[in-house]
Amino acid sequence: MGQGNWRIRKITDRFAKIAFLCATLFGIAFLGVLLYRIVADGAGWLNWDFFTNFSSRFPAKAGVAAALVGSIWIVLLTGPIAFFLGVGTALYLEEYTKKSWFTRLIQVNIHNLAGVPSIVYGILGLAVFVQGLMLGQAVLAGVFTMSLLVLPIIVVSSQEAIRSVPQHMRNASYALGASKWQTISRVVIPTALPNILTGVILALSRAIGETAPLVVVGALTFVAFVPASPMDPFTVLPIQIFNWTSRPQDDFRAIAAAGIIVLLVVLLTMNLLAVYLRNKYQKRY
Amino acid sequence: MSLKKLGLAFVAVALTVSTLTGCGQGAKDAGATKASGSIKIDGSSTVFPITEAVAEEFQKANPNVKVTVGVSGTGGGFKKFVAGDLDISNASRTIKDAEKTQATSNKVDYVEIPIAYDGISIVVNKANTWVDKLTVAELKKIWEPNSKVKTWKDIRPNWPAEPIKLYGPGTDSGTFEYFTEAIVGEAKKSRPDYNQSEDDNVLVTGVKGDKNSLGYFGFSYYEENAKELKLVPIETGNGKTVSPTMETIKDGSYKPLSRPLFIYVSKTSLQKPEVKSFVKYYVENAEELTKAVHYVPLKKEEYQAGLSKVN
Repeated sequence: MGQGNWRIRKITDRFAKIAFLCATLFGIAFLGVLLYRIVADGAGWLNWDFFTNFSSRFPAKAGVAAALVGSIWIVLLTGPIAFFLGVGTALYLEEYTKKSWFTRLIQVNIHNLAGVPSIVYGILGLAVFVQGLMLGQAVLAGVFTMSLLVLPIIVVSSQEAIRSVPQHMRNASYALGASKWQTISRVVIPTALPNILTGVILALSRAIGETAPLVVVGALTFVAFVPASPMDPFTVLPIQIFNWTSRPQDDFRAIAAAGIIVLLVVLLTMNLLAVYLRNKYQKRY
Repeated sequence: MSLKKLGLAFVAVALTVSTLTGCGQGAKDAGATKASGSIKIDGSSTVFPITEAVAEEFQKANPNVKVTVGVSGTGGGFKKFVAGDLDISNASRTIKDAEKTQATSNKVDYVEIPIAYDGISIVVNKANTWVDKLTVAELKKIWEPNSKVKTWKDIRPNWPAEPIKLYGPGTDSGTFEYFTEAIVGEAKKSRPDYNQSEDDNVLVTGVKGDKNSLGYFGFSYYEENAKELKLVPIETGNGKTVSPTMETIKDGSYKPLSRPLFIYVSKTSLQKPEVKSFVKYYVENAEELTKAVHYVPLKKEEYQAGLSKVN
């Protein structure tokens, strides 16, 4: 009986290994096929003109200039705002307050907000920023909406990062006579920063791929100029790509693929930056 | 310290971007014409390709005017238009009474300018050998709410007893609204059990891939995929059978599935020279540009009538 049991356990082991390998390969294979299709379709359209041209009815003249700059505007302005608000909230919750029903209420709300569909943030942004604050359909309205959207993600990941700073480092700082703010700004933040930055950049990666909230806030489809200030109307890469895929001409689908490549490169660059920052600052401790 | 560095980095990047974009703007100013300002357009996705073509050409000639075009759908566009948020609204139907009332209460006065025709094409799969034409009554039988049509045989007894697969635009679409009004007799009343998509390419792909399919969508999508689809002629009341072509849509004989497309221009905005010159440019070049994006242009005198509303 012992013998048979042993065999069954070995078979189960092997089966589990194969099953999980399949699960891994399944995702990778699909990703591979998708990437191959996109690169095969779109690579031929990538040239300098594609980056300097605007939306056009002629496939050969269509480009991502307005959408790319619009996306960059969104990320560059959303970054600092969401960073300040998100890390500030995390510091307050982790370092300044005692656990109470109030902080628990905030905590529950933040976790719930992380699960709210993005379109709801769009409607909120339309009511508060576009109409309430009279910003109109401008870059800034999109930026504020996106900041709210990524805020819960940043708060949660920053909290994790701050919590992982060993208590003895704080104690050592206090023992040397440092005040609370000195301890936070010179010990806690620098130690937690790599992980905080990783969270922030991954959250921004989400922001750059979002379409629905920006459509509601009023990002446009045809914009043949580069937004020069945060008060200008704008479009972003996902909206431009979506518009191209819904056109009757086949060529536009290839151009959409080229647009997806641009979006992927921007995303990968941001993720690489996250990895780089994490490795660089972690070496110091 | 690393925080400070980080802040500096952000500021540096932001400055670089704004100078870069600023420079781009400055370079363009050099060859500019007199007109400047901005023109806000939104509305129907069906009208979008035409307005986009006009905006593209107009923008080239007037680099200082910022033309923006959104795609909120006809209803969504009118909602903003009657609130006074837009200069021009793209529409694939005429304005409704409720929308008119809102426009009046917001003191938004407007002119309606027809700019092109669109035909709704009925298509089946290339391998479909039995369908030669459909009557309006048969189409109604297929698409009306609580339709009993499950197989091709249910339409005509000598057609195969194969299940029919239906493809059509989603309920937010102006095409859906127009089709249901023209065929079923009441706008937005349709059987719900068909493959819906707001994206006409999905409908084209669906019909292409299924022998027993039948679908309807805008004429321009048929034109782009004509080799891979079979167009179904429509028999109207008096026994005449008509296929949608540039000619039959233009002379109105492709009934009842051809419709005019409009732009609505706010009279307040028409006071602005850039909007006025844009609208004039639109009507004067509409004939050529609608053909370029596979829509059907109006007759010359109809464009003349539109132009006289602006002047």
